[in-house]
Amino acid sequence: MATAEDKNINALKSFMQESKTKDHPDSQLISILHKAQELYGYISQEVMNEISKEMNIPTAHIWGVATFYHYFNLKPKGKHSISVCLGTACYVKGAEEILNTIREELKIDFGQTSEDNFFTLQEARCLGACGLAPVIMIDDKIYGSLTPKKVVEIIKSYKK
Amino acid sequence: MPARFNITLCDGPSCIHKRSKEIVLRIEEELKKHALTDKVGINLSGCLGMCDKGPVMIINPGYAIYGSFTEEDVPEIIQQHILKKKPVVRFIVDEDHLYNRFFRVFGDVNFFGKQMRIALRNCGIIDPENIDDYISLRGYEALARVLTDMSPAKVIAEIKKSGLRGRGGAGFPTGIKWELTAKEKSDEKYVICNADEGDPGAFMDRSAIEGDPHTIVEGMVIAGFAIGASRGIVYIRAEYPLAVKRIKKAIAEARESGFLGENILGSGFNFEIEVRLGAGAFVCGEETALMLSIEGHRGMPRPRPPFPSVSGLFGKPTLINNVETWANIPVIILDGASWFSSLGTEKSKGTKVFALAGKVKNTGLVEVPMGTTLRQIIYDIGGGIPGDKQFKAVQTGGPSGGCLSEEYLDTKIDYESLAKAGSIMGSGGMIVIDEDSCMVNIAKFFLEFTQNESCGKCTPCREGTKRMLEILIRITEGKGTEKDIDKLQRLGNMIKKASLCGLGQSAPNPVLSTIKNFRAEYEEHVHNKRCRAGVCQHLLVYEVTDKCVGCAACKKACPADAVSGSPKAKHHIDINKCIKCGVCFKVCKFNAIRKS
Amino acid sequence: MITIFINDKPYQVEPEQTIMQAADRLGFHIPRLCYHPKLSIEGACRVCIVEVVGMRNYVASCAYPVSEGMKIYTNTEEIRRARRDIVELILDNHPEDCHTCERDGNCELQRLAFAMGIRKRHFEGEKKHYEKDLSSASVIRDPNKCILCGRCVRICSEIQKVNALGYAHRGFKTVVMPAYNMPFKDSVCTTCGQCINVCPTSAFIEKNFTQELFQKLGDKSLIKVAQIAPSVRAAIGEAFALEPGRQLEKELTAALRKLGFDYVFDTQFSADLTIMEEASEFLERFQGKGKLPMITSCSSAWMKCLEQFYPDLIDNVSTCKSPMSMASALIKTYFAKKIKADPKKILSVACMCCTAKKYEALRPELMVDGMQATDMVITTRELAWMIKSAGIDLLHIKGEEFDHPLGYSSGAGTIFGVTGGVMEAAIRTAYELYTGETLLDIEIQDIRGLKGIKEGKLIIDGKEIRVAVAHGLGNANEILSAIRTDPERYHFVEIMGCPGGCIGGGGQPYAGSNSMPLDEECLMKRAEALYGLDRNKTIRRSHENPDVQRLYKEFLGRPLGAVSHKLLHTHYSPKEPRGIVPAELTVK
Repeated sequence: MATAEDKNINALKSFMQESKTKDHPDSQLISILHKAQELYGYISQEVMNEISKEMNIPTAHIWGVATFYHYFNLKPKGKHSISVCLGTACYVKGAEEILNTIREELKIDFGQTSEDNFFTLQEARCLGACGLAPVIMIDDKIYGSLTPKKVVEIIKSYKK
Repeated sequence: MPARFNITLCDGPSCIHKRSKEIVLRIEEELKKHALTDKVGINLSGCLGMCDKGPVMIINPGYAIYGSFTEEDVPEIIQQHILKKKPVVRFIVDEDHLYNRFFRVFGDVNFFGKQMRIALRNCGIIDPENIDDYISLRGYEALARVLTDMSPAKVIAEIKKSGLRGRGGAGFPTGIKWELTAKEKSDEKYVICNADEGDPGAFMDRSAIEGDPHTIVEGMVIAGFAIGASRGIVYIRAEYPLAVKRIKKAIAEARESGFLGENILGSGFNFEIEVRLGAGAFVCGEETALMLSIEGHRGMPRPRPPFPSVSGLFGKPTLINNVETWANIPVIILDGASWFSSLGTEKSKGTKVFALAGKVKNTGLVEVPMGTTLRQIIYDIGGGIPGDKQFKAVQTGGPSGGCLSEEYLDTKIDYESLAKAGSIMGSGGMIVIDEDSCMVNIAKFFLEFTQNESCGKCTPCREGTKRMLEILIRITEGKGTEKDIDKLQRLGNMIKKASLCGLGQSAPNPVLSTIKNFRAEYEEHVHNKRCRAGVCQHLLVYEVTDKCVGCAACKKACPADAVSGSPKAKHHIDINKCIKCGVCFKVCKFNAIRKS
Repeated sequence: MITIFINDKPYQVEPEQTIMQAADRLGFHIPRLCYHPKLSIEGACRVCIVEVVGMRNYVASCAYPVSEGMKIYTNTEEIRRARRDIVELILDNHPEDCHTCERDGNCELQRLAFAMGIRKRHFEGEKKHYEKDLSSASVIRDPNKCILCGRCVRICSEIQKVNALGYAHRGFKTVVMPAYNMPFKDSVCTTCGQCINVCPTSAFIEKNFTQELFQKLGDKSLIKVAQIAPSVRAAIGEAFALEPGRQLEKELTAALRKLGFDYVFDTQFSADLTIMEEASEFLERFQGKGKLPMITSCSSAWMKCLEQFYPDLIDNVSTCKSPMSMASALIKTYFAKKIKADPKKILSVACMCCTAKKYEALRPELMVDGMQATDMVITTRELAWMIKSAGIDLLHIKGEEFDHPLGYSSGAGTIFGVTGGVMEAAIRTAYELYTGETLLDIEIQDIRGLKGIKEGKLIIDGKEIRVAVAHGLGNANEILSAIRTDPERYHFVEIMGCPGGCIGGGGQPYAGSNSMPLDEECLMKRAEALYGLDRNKTIRRSHENPDVQRLYKEFLGRPLGAVSHKLLHTHYSPKEPRGIVPAELTVK
């Protein structure tokens, strides 16, 4: 039975096969990257290598294009995004401790996604909730007056 | 049995946000309940431009525009309007509203109120996903006329005569562009629709495509015939999924109906259109960057000449126009260049669509004849500034444009007069700014945008805008000096004249125009460390006034431990510790914190 | 002819050229940075802006064509100020470490800043900060020094068609980097060093061994042995402000001894040896033992390129080591034995026009008896710096001769440094080996010169031999693609990784203040220096080199024999990542 991974790569490959039948196949690069992102949620190096081989486009060029357009994600995005506010107020109130707790809990750093694809960690400049400092935002929801213990509880509540 | 009533629901993002999708389900449910399903048709339209009144729904007959209602109100509206034929007045959008006026006179396409809809003529009126609706309003008639009665040269002559100029920003005469591309001899030529609208706050193109995609298709096929091209490409932002879906559907429908593909309408003329998606780069609205992006490259503009008309996409002669320009083409063919050129000013003909936003009562899309004054748009159509606030400025042209002060309000809008005033027409963003906004901050906002969108190719834009932004940040933080204002002007003028593409050449406009028209505000920031609008946080000073009862709420809330004081005694803020987050101001129940 | 006005004076100029080209011919040198005559027009730096009457904005003179009656101003107060501000903006995002920079005194940006009259700074702010990439054996990449002129990106894609470099990210955060910002050593970079040649600053620079070498030269326990590639002598004078074209063979030999080398050998000797082996190998293949066409293997950038881009053609490539590696192998065996020294005590240093040779020296396939054969490779630029640093007056020094037994060369060994030279040298010998007759007309004009691809035919013993020569990896691609589709098209192909061959190597002196890297006139003069040396030699055929003959008699036996096979031949294998030469795409 085909795994989800096989399915994706086959879908991408047949999309590229079709692209190659068009005039100026190279010009389909951005469409192919869109397709890859649609299939995988992000564009990995492995996928770019695959595109490079299939379409005969140098990886340096694909990398250049993928990093130029902000629509493309080059790292996996978790189901939830955690933004840790590092504005002045939060910093003063111990945002760093909160951040370190999250780092340890999820084993990820800024811009990374946890292994279970649940969380992506991001840095935020002031979230405008200084009165609640230190704060984090998970998706659209703000959690304030945090302690390391509270943060762990909040994260756990999302995993349920 | 034909539907007797018709409900058109705005399907723009703002209305979706206000649960228009759920509302549709509710309407269907309600219609079923009353066995009205066969009698009432439901359409979704592109953004109707009444974003502040969302969700917006039009029920015909009656031309009643409902706004600001919720799912719970649906049963009442259906029962009253459709069953009892009594519109529910309390949800009907303000009598005076421009759209009301427009719909009341619908059918009389000559003139209605201060608005005049040419490009957006069908938006909100037809079902954009149904080609028959478009055809019923003379859709593809212009194409038929072109293919049966007109030679390419005659089409070009007509467009030239109309005086139509590019609506994407620079205002290059459209007919001349067509003529230049037609003149080139080549085995292949391309026609491109630039739908990479990216100005913050501007959504004219999106609405036009969402509301009336066929007019774009028709315009492009006409151009293809006129210049001798057989391939068309619509380059559209990936961030506009509904517009993408609709233009793709329109292309498919047009092909099925014989308006696209081989031997169009039996004329022997072949034309195909494909859709290419952008991927989040503002600079791709610049034509050379756009073409490179279609070719699969980074969207970094290249020097001109060669111009696209000579060597464009894949090195072939290429004609690029933006969405609004295309939307004008069928009308010009149908109603004639003479009629079209009778509208507008001496050098700017026809109408222009603006996305009116900011501190103005009615926000949304506005299409007015060229020559309408800023005052008419802001006060007569937009309804003026809400809340008795003072008008301060109007920003036109988005991040490439400038801020005009009150003395320019009677400027008649056309390409030249706006440029003369220090702004630009641009693609049509119009943001009204009142006394609560800080002009330095506004300039910073726009420059932050362009700086972030700079492709990084040429030095002045890549490095220069960065330095300008740093200076602006310095000024808003109270660290600026008199020299900084001069530096902004020196850099701004250089960047304008030395940058490679239009993005860089216009990036300094918001800064230069605010310095020109609001220099006093810059000087206050620099000399007095004061922001008169109270926007620049770093320049604020928080003080405890005598109203303080010593409740200690502020002391507890302060993240920086800057508040001291014994219970029940007046507290004090240590300005050295204060980080100006404003929490004390927010938590004080006694209005005892003053910011200045 | 049309009339244009420059600074109010009328001039008659050819139409269909840019303002910059017209101005250059009239003696107006408009300042420039991203422009390079061999590369596509970028129009990015905006340093070459001029005022054109009737234009709202300044125009980039590198990109804008002249037209009848055009009024151009190149040097008004306003344009000078704009240019100065532009260069100042570049400096504002550039490290201020000129006095500790490798290119101090030889930097285009420094010269430009001086010429613009930048004496004060107005706009300083945040500077970029990136890690240096020190991973490559040859080329160091320092994005902090990069001013984004894009010449490296263009030469890598347009001339070399390697596409190892590209722009990544955008705006203020734009960086030139290999795909995925991977370490350079893991990329498809062939280490040819042309990015260094065209870089106006030191964003690309060779891995420098000068300090280490000075240290080792002071080590009394080592026997220090140098070899010099042909092209080093033809170009090093330029680093001492000489006009291109003067060779300094004997002066260099003397200077190397003064630097502390005990023996100075000539890579041209081993070039003669290469010809003995390669010509024999070709004749074997020609007679049915092995694949044709045979492709030369002297250029190390081409070898890396082969393994990553054309692994299917590995069997076509000669198994001969490069002359440098042949000499190094002999230094640690034949020569060590001769002077009765422990080869481990020999420091073998190669002075090369090449950056890729630094990479080649580290190839495990080239080890001899478990030792690295070439201990250190320095470029012409590094050597020039060492000579200056040691206070040696290269231009007025008394010339000296190379040491024996690896120092004497024929004229055929000399012309190795020029594109077509290996082929010409091989033909001179192969002809005689095959027919037993001496080839009289030994200057083969068809394969000389700077045309990208040169083809020739010769008849040996009634049989037609079709040869082709390509220099620069982009030109090589054309020939190699042709071979893939039509393997019979050629019998013998010479490929050099750098434009012009070794004379245009990635380690050659930087272009002077008013010249450009890859300048054809300069390359021709360097070539002429080598052709002159060849002409003035009595022995011009490799097989006639008496020292080579002695070497075979005393040590190697015969070409392609067992000892040769062990010391002078090597092998190649496919490597990752695989390189891709796109069909129609060029970086724009």
